Amino acid sequence: MNPELDNTEAVKKKIRLPIRSGALQQVLAFASLIVLILFFSLASPNFFQFSNIVGILLSTSVIGILALGVTFVIITGGIDLSVGTAMTLCSVMTGVFITFWGFPTPLGVVLGILFGAFAGFLSGLAVAKMKIPPFIATLAVMMIAKGLALVISGTKPIYFSDTPEFSQIALGTIIPGLAIPNAVWIFLIMAIFGYIVLSKTVIGRYTFALGSNEEATRLSGVNVNRWKIIIYSIAGLFTGVAGVLMASRLNSAQPALGLGYELEAIAAVVIGGTSLSGGKGTMIGTVIGALIMSVLTNGLRILSVPQEWQTVVVGIVIILAVYADILRRQKA
Amino acid sequence: MRKFLMVLMMLFLAATVLVACGGEEEAGSDTDTSGSEDTSGEDTGGEEEAASGDEKLYIPIISKGFQHQFWQAVKAGAEQAAAEFDVEITFEGPETEAQVDKQMEMLTAALDKNPDAIGFAALDSQAATPLLQQADGDGIPIIAFDSGVDSDIPVTTAATDNKAAAALAADKMAELIGEEGKVALIVHDQTSRTGIDRETGFVEQIEANYPNIEIVDVQYGAGDHLKSTDLAKAILAAHPDLKGFFGANEGSAIGVVNAVKELGKDGEIVVIGYDSGMQQIEAVRSGVMAGAITQNPIGIGYETVKAAVDAINGKEVPASIDTGFMWYDNTNIDDEDIQAVLYE
Repeated sequence: MNPELDNTEAVKKKIRLPIRSGALQQVLAFASLIVLILFFSLASPNFFQFSNIVGILLSTSVIGILALGVTFVIITGGIDLSVGTAMTLCSVMTGVFITFWGFPTPLGVVLGILFGAFAGFLSGLAVAKMKIPPFIATLAVMMIAKGLALVISGTKPIYFSDTPEFSQIALGTIIPGLAIPNAVWIFLIMAIFGYIVLSKTVIGRYTFALGSNEEATRLSGVNVNRWKIIIYSIAGLFTGVAGVLMASRLNSAQPALGLGYELEAIAAVVIGGTSLSGGKGTMIGTVIGALIMSVLTNGLRILSVPQEWQTVVVGIVIILAVYADILRRQKA
Repeated sequence: MRKFLMVLMMLFLAATVLVACGGEEEAGSDTDTSGSEDTSGEDTGGEEEAASGDEKLYIPIISKGFQHQFWQAVKAGAEQAAAEFDVEITFEGPETEAQVDKQMEMLTAALDKNPDAIGFAALDSQAATPLLQQADGDGIPIIAFDSGVDSDIPVTTAATDNKAAAALAADKMAELIGEEGKVALIVHDQTSRTGIDRETGFVEQIEANYPNIEIVDVQYGAGDHLKSTDLAKAILAAHPDLKGFFGANEGSAIGVVNAVKELGKDGEIVVIGYDSGMQQIEAVRSGVMAGAITQNPIGIGYETVKAAVDAINGKEVPASIDTGFMWYDNTNIDDEDIQAVLYE
């Protein structure tokens, strides 16, 4: 045996031991994000400009917040297909509260967000109490939300013309002189909030427990159903925030949008290293995953890559991300 | 516990229905203000007649969509004609312009009801051919609207000449940017007839007549306001010296307006839009948008039903009905003929 080799083996072990496997995936994802940013910066002088970076962050905010919420559900081993259209329904309800019913803007915003939690609560009920598989339950909620958004709005956009302060929620700048729109800060705050709930609270611990082994969790005396409902409601809260943000940025609730956003959110979660089979995942990973998606689309657009190819590239990136995850797990 | 949950679900359903009714009322009052009082009077008269047992002509209208304000305006025009000629219409369309299969189902269902005529805006005219032949065999006149059907079965086509309309947008763009510089386009998609016609209409006009204008990028945003906004921002980042931007439908145009506003480039970039809608009208009034092309969606709906009635009654119908388009900007937006075709 070569002692030198032995030595490096030991060093490798030492390095690997403290890093949990989830962290490795994060490091990988983060490295890919940096590589992408470097690549696009070299390829076009217009990419690494302050306004474009802010643009990327802004375009990440809505999908990113949706993805943060979905992360909880996916870690429990579930899936939430309803977030895209439920987000639209929250936009529409915010429009109903503020424009139709004339509620003060802050109240309308809070109610719009709570409506998202309520939609999540219903998904949770269907999954936990009625024992409908999450895929089907949230698929149904997706359809219900889409239909209701159209019915309630009368298939017309609801405008916030009388409440100019509403558009400031997403596009105003809270720090004077720094041209970073609030939507970006809201995304950051929601990410920190998600991180704390997932890593530091009992809700987070049960989220992981449910995803790792639901039966064992149940047998150890945990009220599994109650926690599932709570977790889906929290995911819904994020959906509500995304809905308000989207309405604010467009200064209107557009009832026809939203379908397909759930898949982009799920893709961001998966790229960020959260396992679709549950039990593993991090909020930081999801943030990085969402950023990878928007850096990729923005960069390809700046390079004027035809749109049909942009979608192909994003698809390939998803395959690569999930494959890297599988390889890592086989080694472990 | 279970009972409690059921009660909760019921309450939720009841609540949503209530809210839904509220929303509809709102929508209803809007249509009332847009339609003249005469028509609504005739409308109720017509309903009474139907109740007394008169057999009305039944004309189902299969559109390309129903969610967009444009289709709602087409529907309003169709309903106006239905009231005027005292016929019964239904108006439906798939959720997105990609759902060719759903539209075929709707057309099949409409044929099964033995209609007197059908108004049809084909998403894919090839896919519809067998069903149209069946209708033709049964002696049901087909009125194409919005976009043509590649076949001689339809009695007539009521549509905008999208290519000519986009060429007008190109001329206006050239005029406003001084016939030189970079321009870009956001189009809703690269597969639908209107998407293709508006893109080629604009691009060909520029290439043929304005050698000093360079079209640097054409991107497709599915008519999604948010996606179009991000697309437009990326294009503006890639081409900081861009002088003009054309959005080829309502969602695309709003996306361009949002992008220009978010980047604080209002007034620096010549934005030209298509169709109307409240936000676009506001953008034209405030000057963020230099102007836009408007079709006549109400006219499209109206002419479709009128042509159907004429065809059923054996009257001569022209082979194509050009429903027209117009340029509007800050100076003529309040003119009567413009206001008549704009929708909010």
